[in-house]
Amino acid sequence: MPYVPNTEADRAAMLEAIGAGDVADLFRDVPEAVRFPELDLPAPVSEWEALRELKELSEYNVDLEHAPCFLGAGAYRHFVPSVVNHVIGRSEFYTAYTPYQPEISQGTLQSIFEYQSMICALTGMDAANASHYDGATALAEAVVMAINVGRGKRRKVLISAGVHPEYRAVVRTYTQGFDLTIAGDDGDTLDPAALVELVGSDTACVVVQNPDFLGYLQEPAQLQALAQATHEAGALLVVCADPISLGLFVPPGDYGADIVCGEGQALGGGLSFGGPYLGYFACRERYVHKMAGRIVGQTVDQQGQRGFVLTLSAREQHIRRERATSNICSNEALMALAAAVYLTALGKTGLRKVAELCYHKAHYAAQRLATLPGYALRGQGTFFQEFPLKCPRPVQEINDYLLSEWGIIGGYDLARDYPQFADTMLVCATEVTTQDEIDMLVEALQDMEEAA
Amino acid sequence: MREPLIYEISSPGRMGVTLPECDVEPAPLPEAFLRQDLDLPEVSEVDLVRHYVRLSQLNHGVDKGFYPLGSCTMKYNPKVNEDAARLPGFVHTHPYQDPCTVQANLFVLFHLQAFLQEISGFERVSLQPAAGAHGEFAGVLMIRAYHQLRGDFARRRMLIPDSAHGTNPASTTMSGYETIEIVSDERGNVSLDALRPHCDETVAGLMLTNPNTLGLFDEHVLQIAELVHGCGGLLYGDGANLNAIMGVAKPAELGFDVMHFNLHKTFSTPHGGGGPGAGPVGANDKLAPFLPGPVVVRERAEDDEGSEEELYRYLLAMPESSIGRLKAFYGNFGVCLKAYTYIRMLGAAGLREASENAVLNANYVLSRLKDVYPLPYDRTCMHEFVLSGRLPDAPGVHTLDIAKRLMDFGFHPPTVYFPLIVDEALMIEPTETESKETLDAFVEAMIQIAQEAKENPELLHSAPHVTPVSRLDEVRAARDKVLQCLRG
Repeated sequence: MPYVPNTEADRAAMLEAIGAGDVADLFRDVPEAVRFPELDLPAPVSEWEALRELKELSEYNVDLEHAPCFLGAGAYRHFVPSVVNHVIGRSEFYTAYTPYQPEISQGTLQSIFEYQSMICALTGMDAANASHYDGATALAEAVVMAINVGRGKRRKVLISAGVHPEYRAVVRTYTQGFDLTIAGDDGDTLDPAALVELVGSDTACVVVQNPDFLGYLQEPAQLQALAQATHEAGALLVVCADPISLGLFVPPGDYGADIVCGEGQALGGGLSFGGPYLGYFACRERYVHKMAGRIVGQTVDQQGQRGFVLTLSAREQHIRRERATSNICSNEALMALAAAVYLTALGKTGLRKVAELCYHKAHYAAQRLATLPGYALRGQGTFFQEFPLKCPRPVQEINDYLLSEWGIIGGYDLARDYPQFADTMLVCATEVTTQDEIDMLVEALQDMEEAA
Repeated sequence: MREPLIYEISSPGRMGVTLPECDVEPAPLPEAFLRQDLDLPEVSEVDLVRHYVRLSQLNHGVDKGFYPLGSCTMKYNPKVNEDAARLPGFVHTHPYQDPCTVQANLFVLFHLQAFLQEISGFERVSLQPAAGAHGEFAGVLMIRAYHQLRGDFARRRMLIPDSAHGTNPASTTMSGYETIEIVSDERGNVSLDALRPHCDETVAGLMLTNPNTLGLFDEHVLQIAELVHGCGGLLYGDGANLNAIMGVAKPAELGFDVMHFNLHKTFSTPHGGGGPGAGPVGANDKLAPFLPGPVVVRERAEDDEGSEEELYRYLLAMPESSIGRLKAFYGNFGVCLKAYTYIRMLGAAGLREASENAVLNANYVLSRLKDVYPLPYDRTCMHEFVLSGRLPDAPGVHTLDIAKRLMDFGFHPPTVYFPLIVDEALMIEPTETESKETLDAFVEAMIQIAQEAKENPELLHSAPHVTPVSRLDEVRAARDKVLQCLRG
């Protein structure tokens, strides 16, 4: 029996100490009519068979080690330095749980404290928590927090259509019990400046994404104006930002954000078919007591030596129960550790360089693709690593051709979420997209049009 | 020992990785958008590795020693699970790839749904939730959606036993519901007398953990289900303690309508220092349409005509009355892969054996400690049990002191001060992956500590003595609020 060390002799000795005749006797509190049901599960396999079965299965996938890929849309392919997986693969880290007992958890606690510091550096905020499940849930918790900061009296949430469609869906799922008005994302525009006219005394927060879902960056001055209008109405500005972009571009703290959150998968996380990812979350000092999740703080031990503990726990469910700021308990600590190692490995110059590479590759791709007959860049302004490409035919048709004829995984079909962007592909290139891959995509599309 | 902060070993100009040169014509950068500075550490690779290895050595984990943290099921995490989740064919897949290119991922998710359905007896399972509390939240929202769809808007109260995890009332509040606490009786069950008067047309449901947080199987579970259902409410199951009852009872057959699973507890995926976990949620036919989505479904492949073997195409689909998405994409896939591997390796008999040994181990430790520490509910326990640290002949000693002293013996302390209904609670969950020798060593340490409490309480008050740091000043941490190292 795998992973159970008890021998028959052990079991007999233990039953004797307990005073029970049989293990089944221990379950007499379970109603007899439903006790010990048959489970219809596949017959067990050995470790070697399990691995072989899974390896063979995994090879049915088309994976990105074997196919050029131009998908982004909230999950990004970046280089993960070897140190990241070596550190998070240390079982002293991954077989521990939440550091409730600080004297034997300083490794986890200090690494989270350092992670919090790096998230503050990236975002320009004062404080960060230990993580949320992913970018979408971090954003949903930001909205809930803004409602609580407004003491529940401000019942309107303005959210830009430029925020990831699935994130907006998660915000709606999270708040369905609250009787809120969520507005701002129903029109044709993705321009956050359009939200200014909707801000009022009933607004709890204004939510924007930068770069937005189409890849475009908002001008810092424009966001500053939005922040000002938001603050004048007594509401909070929540910014959802790609953390790699923050290696290069103005941090949200500089243009007046109150809460900054987003998806941290890009920071050493890998793609893993959508999870586990990392919701990062940071805010201004004055809102720290309203923040959800674990927070690590510095203190001293009895000898006056520096140490770290979970702090401000009176916000949390295990203390405050129905009055907690959130129900979150388990988070994504190991992914936060991966992010900290990633940011440490790259450092200030490395992260900037990765961001610049993404920017250059995406601009090269845009410039090449836009010259193809029937193709054009949609929208104006500055984009980071993604851009919307107007195509001469439905994106699904193009992607089917790219996959079957060229083995290329094309970009994201924006018509899935935005009716105004029919036949428009969201194309992503990062530092691991090579010039050859981009040229191949251009050639493939050319070929398709010539054959059509 | 003191490990410097990573910022304290930073030196301008160092970098821990090499990056490729740009192979395309660089585009001009937009000056007005650029940031001026970025305060990240600058260290070499060797310094990075040593820093994190030294930090790791300050931790206690399951791989280092016994970790009887009640309610968290800190069982051993098989290494093969880690290898399975790191297979490149799985890891390097994008969530928005065409489903026809990720059939292996969808196959694993579909079959994990089916495994969990079989273990729990539920009609359908959604793997979307990322953690137990997330699954709980899903369950309460599903109960709410069910009542709303029937036009039953008066049901706004959730009944929650006083032994429940804090996440239950917190999830209730997040769903816009009011919490009503139900007291436990003298045997540690939900008090039926306390429950009965609350069962009326305002009740949305009741959240029951069974076995409960005292480690006791609620002897009234069938009557509780009857009372709650009788007044039109639904029964939520907190699956945190499923490790006691795999192959022993199917929660759906005990009367539960919806329940979450903790893959990181019951199904052996590691806890990661706090996460990631996964909190799938299962429901009977009444609530299945409301499950969060997408879920994985399958249909017979068209090219299957005349073939011997059944071929399927796996697809993502939203349940018809879904509460919606709870996170982006489809749940914690990497965690699901580990749980899938575990269930494949254990099979039905192995899962039941795991539960039986978890319960055997707990009862064994209980039998050896119940004459040493006060036992408020003296019954056969399930996979865990709760003692009190209030030793009659050591009035100055608290549970916290006992917990800290245990560290000197190389053990992680039990969960302390929970459940709230036990004075000075010590909640002990050995799990099935520990040997009798380990359990005996823990018992001996607990006995010695009880003795020390009487004879030399100072030894406990000043504990721990051999850890990297001594007791930390938590009050100061909350007052000073030093939450990062870049300011102040």
